[in-house]
Amino acid sequence: MKIDDLLPQLFPNGYDIAFDGDYFAGQGDGVAVIGTRDRAAIGAELAFRMAGEVLRICRDHPGRPILLLVDTLGQKMSRKDETICLNAYIAHLAKCLDVARRRGHRIIGLVYGEAVSAGFLSSSLLADACYALPEAEVKVMNLPAMSRVTKIPLERLEALSETSAVFAPGVANYIAMGAVRGLWEGDLARCLQDALAGQDDPDTDRRREDGEARGGRLLACRVAAEVRGAVPNDAA
Amino acid sequence: MSSWSEATARQRIAGLLDAGSFIEFLPPERRAVSPHLRELGQPAAFDDGVAVGRGTLDGQTVLIAAQEGAFMGGAVGEVHGAKITGLLERARTERPAAVLLLLESGGVRLHEANAGLIAVSEIMRAVLALRAAGVPVIVLNGGRYGVFGGMGITTCLCDTLIMSEEARLGLSGPEVIETTMGVEEFDAADRALVWRVTGGKNRTILGEATLVADSIDAFRAALVAAMQPKPLTLETLEAEHATLGNRLDRFGDMEDAVDIWAAMGIDNPQRLPLLDTDAFLQAVKGAGA
Amino acid sequence: MERLEFEFAGGKPVAARNKPVLAGVLGSGNLEVLVEPADLKGRVRVEVETAARGFGPIWQAVLTDVFERWKLGNIRISINDAGATPAVVALRLDQALQEYAGGDA
Repeated sequence: MKIDDLLPQLFPNGYDIAFDGDYFAGQGDGVAVIGTRDRAAIGAELAFRMAGEVLRICRDHPGRPILLLVDTLGQKMSRKDETICLNAYIAHLAKCLDVARRRGHRIIGLVYGEAVSAGFLSSSLLADACYALPEAEVKVMNLPAMSRVTKIPLERLEALSETSAVFAPGVANYIAMGAVRGLWEGDLARCLQDALAGQDDPDTDRRREDGEARGGRLLACRVAAEVRGAVPNDAA
Repeated sequence: MSSWSEATARQRIAGLLDAGSFIEFLPPERRAVSPHLRELGQPAAFDDGVAVGRGTLDGQTVLIAAQEGAFMGGAVGEVHGAKITGLLERARTERPAAVLLLLESGGVRLHEANAGLIAVSEIMRAVLALRAAGVPVIVLNGGRYGVFGGMGITTCLCDTLIMSEEARLGLSGPEVIETTMGVEEFDAADRALVWRVTGGKNRTILGEATLVADSIDAFRAALVAAMQPKPLTLETLEAEHATLGNRLDRFGDMEDAVDIWAAMGIDNPQRLPLLDTDAFLQAVKGAGA
Repeated sequence: MERLEFEFAGGKPVAARNKPVLAGVLGSGNLEVLVEPADLKGRVRVEVETAARGFGPIWQAVLTDVFERWKLGNIRISINDAGATPAVVALRLDQALQEYAGGDA
């Protein structure tokens, strides 16, 4: 969905959001909005701007919930960005979101366009809860590229992706694996209000439990639990 | 002096910790292998490419994870990632002196891409939760494969990064950038260029890393001095924001790392790649990142 | 991928108190060898998962040679192989068995 169509549906009472290139920020109905459009590549400057907006919200509007609307094809592929350590800029954004969360700002992510790899890692995957529109695209890599890199025939990957949520692109797979909590359909303003009314403990990451309950990710929960409470193996 | 880059993940753990102190959680004989690799007909390691456990360092209890770069480039799959996340969560209750992450990883394992991406996100959240609890998380990056992708982001989420000159740190690997954007953007075959961009020296000059020589003893010595938590607060992040903003303004449009080093006031910056670790640290002392 | 199984008899059982040992890594041209205690009535069982198909007779020869040198029993050996040469296979097994059996052998 285009951002111009999305915003009026999220905020039927009006909003005040300023666009600058592929970046935008502002507020609607007392909810802070930070986002990108047009499949933005997340480079150092964009991550820095988003982080700065998170810090500004913490300072100027304590407790105000934050809605992340990030449409991204992934990280910016750039030698200059890598030279100044692009990953440090993306990590900085992640730290800012986490500090905001711990200062009482509820953080909701909505994938309304594309969410790919590091662009997804640095935005909606850091929210308290991440949602998606049905037409959103979520992925690491498409299957033909994956086939080239892994040298596994495309037909094999296509056949397996019918039964496995583990590697093929698609919102449904990310819901099954617990990373996307659910789809927003119909009355989007209502969906937003419901999400804002929810509660998540900043120290509890429930995505593994969701993934297991939904049958899309069967090992992560048990493996992490075993390591968390493992009996030392020198007992034998 | 034994080399860090030539050691396996388990040799690094053994060389770093007090002799005989390592106790592994979910060890190889438990066979926590990746079912997804098996399904694709790929060999699957008994530990899924990462060893996690507890030990002591100069008598202090630490939790430790070490990725094995030789197995699928240290890439993160479902089991691999869950082991690291579980270890970080365990540290919240056990409160060791530090959690040591001996990273070597190309990022997400494509054979289980969605599970790997989500697993990295869970590691990121667990690192942040642990930092909020005041337990320091320290990254040791000295492997041949470097640290890229989501683990490159994770690295910069931690309290401290200790890195060798030969190690690399970045988001997209040079080969990926060259393949996607063309050789004019990044010539991945130009090894000197790759190291100027991603290597330990440039990361140290920018203030992201503490540089050590490629030996397990050197990493150990740097660690002992680094086990203090660095709290994440609105104030510390505003300071970090100012630093990163300054870096972006001053250096964001520069063509080469050498231009950045020159702009910082380092004499003869083009000689820096040739200096050994001690001479390098002497040469960049007082330079303004 | 190919899965192979071998058994060897006639060795001296190693005490079950010995801790499992892992040697080598599953990198290209390399292999990992896991040695564990097992109640096998004095025999040695070897399970191999290998990326290279059709090398069963060579595995048999290499393993036979190894267990002529290491007269052990009651151990289970699990191998993940990514195309290691016979010399590397023998070296890794020697490392693993040396560490596992220590003074017992």
